[in-house]
Amino acid sequence: MAEITIKEVEHVAELARLRFSPQELEEFTSQLDAILKFVGKLESLDTEGVEPTYRAIEIVNCFREDEVKPSLPIEKVTANAPESEEGAFVVPRII
Amino acid sequence: MAEVLDLTISELRELLDSGDISAQELTGLYLERIASVDEKVKAYVTITEKEARDQAREADRKIKEGSASPLTGIPLGIKDVICTEGIPTTCSSKMLKDFRPPFNATVMEKLEAQCAVMLGKLNMDEFAMGSSTENSAFFSTRNPWDLERIPGGSSGGSAAAVAARMCVASLGSDTGGSIRQPASHCGVVGLKPTYGLVSRFGLVAFASSLDQIGPLTRSVEDAAILLEAIAGHDERDSTSLPRPVPRLRKSCQEGLKGIRVGIPKEYFIEGVQEKVVSEIKKGLKAMEEMGAELVDISLPHTEYAIATYYIIATAEASSNLSRYDGVKYGFRAENYSNLMEMYKETRAQGFGPEVKRRIMLGTYCLSAGYYDAFYKKASQVRTLIIEDFKKAFGKCDVIASPVAPTTAFKIGEKVHDPLQMYLSDIFTIPVNLAGIPGMSVPCGFDRKGLPVGLQLMAGHLQEEILFRAAYNLERGLGLERKWPSLN
Repeated sequence: MAEITIKEVEHVAELARLRFSPQELEEFTSQLDAILKFVGKLESLDTEGVEPTYRAIEIVNCFREDEVKPSLPIEKVTANAPESEEGAFVVPRII
Repeated sequence: MAEVLDLTISELRELLDSGDISAQELTGLYLERIASVDEKVKAYVTITEKEARDQAREADRKIKEGSASPLTGIPLGIKDVICTEGIPTTCSSKMLKDFRPPFNATVMEKLEAQCAVMLGKLNMDEFAMGSSTENSAFFSTRNPWDLERIPGGSSGGSAAAVAARMCVASLGSDTGGSIRQPASHCGVVGLKPTYGLVSRFGLVAFASSLDQIGPLTRSVEDAAILLEAIAGHDERDSTSLPRPVPRLRKSCQEGLKGIRVGIPKEYFIEGVQEKVVSEIKKGLKAMEEMGAELVDISLPHTEYAIATYYIIATAEASSNLSRYDGVKYGFRAENYSNLMEMYKETRAQGFGPEVKRRIMLGTYCLSAGYYDAFYKKASQVRTLIIEDFKKAFGKCDVIASPVAPTTAFKIGEKVHDPLQMYLSDIFTIPVNLAGIPGMSVPCGFDRKGLPVGLQLMAGHLQEEILFRAAYNLERGLGLERKWPSLN
């Protein structure tokens, strides 16, 4: 398995909406590299034709009646927000 | 009345119902115990004294009118990853330090319906990611048997509190061993139920196809009482199984005659401490003497389980933890000039290093160009691991193994080497990947006096036979009941 580069780690950090200092980037790159080399051992296993398992149990299409039920009151929903106003979450200007 | 603190749920039930002790007195004793020893152990993140006393009063009323349930008035601790309405649920993370859920998890509703008493919320590795509770953003919990050592993790607070007699029993969560490994290191019983048996509604998500809530207790019977209380179908969790609650205490009463116990050769390998192996062998012998038949089995893909797990669990975590964006709840950074910066700063400051490491690994494994090589590949190997178990359970009824390769290690010993830390979960991870139940049962001590746990595993939804084996193992070993005094 090819070695992971600082540039790739920066790209993944961008995708994951994380920010690292240059020192952290270096540390993470070497740790991730070691972990990726370790998990790379799966490559040696022949899995041709094996169905992947994405869930631990066989439940498909868990339907229920589309009934209106009481929801949480808005004040309770916004109570934990860092910033809210008139029942809405406040975020930095986007447009 | 120090000895009251040693009693199990079933023993306390008799005392409470006969009026020998009231729920308020019992709760008071536990609150005193917490006040005197938790500064050493550091198991509790939040102590809910007022709520506990109110619940105990209500429990006494229920007991007096003769309508007590198995958990009425029993003081419990709850891992801080389970939502408790109006009470901080931090996941031991800066991100959720001030989060007070607007609702109760289903398991909390069930405990409240029985009028159980909650003493407080227990420390853990941040977002349940870790094997030592050193990843808590607040403080490390200590092993009550040796305060220089880790209690295991991620449910380290839940295991330590039971062993230190700061609650009768507790709830934890287990994604790759997070109930069983700390239970083993602290000398208590710890159960990860079949995936889907206990509702995950209100359990803060780490890896949704692996997470499961379960009990940590002083006895196998207590684990049965707690599981019976929290299990059951819940329409708010679409992965919850529509199945009646198993009748565990009844199956405990049956003996071991005719039970086949599988011994997987891949779990008795180099790197497992000698004293761990010898204590496990004593447990196996005890089962054999009670009429069980020991059968050699093989789980050939065991060596791939950790790699498989760290791809699947981190992939699911990177998706689940994207919700922490500083908008709807939790921490928000102060220094930003636009939305993107707000996200990044919030997450950079709110998450600790292990959580970031796992989000990064998961994001990488799911990113364009790597998905097939990592996530899909791991999901295929997961199928092979499941098939290993299916084949094995054709030859045996339960499988026995060590819970962890070593007894509790020293605080700080593995903290700088994430890979070494991951390897300590080698024997617990396959159970989560397969969605089957697994239990840690105390089976002895090493030369330093540190507890050793024996893991029992059973097939999908085979809790009844699992408990039957565990209960008889506990009885057959007849370990002296002793707990660290900490005074």
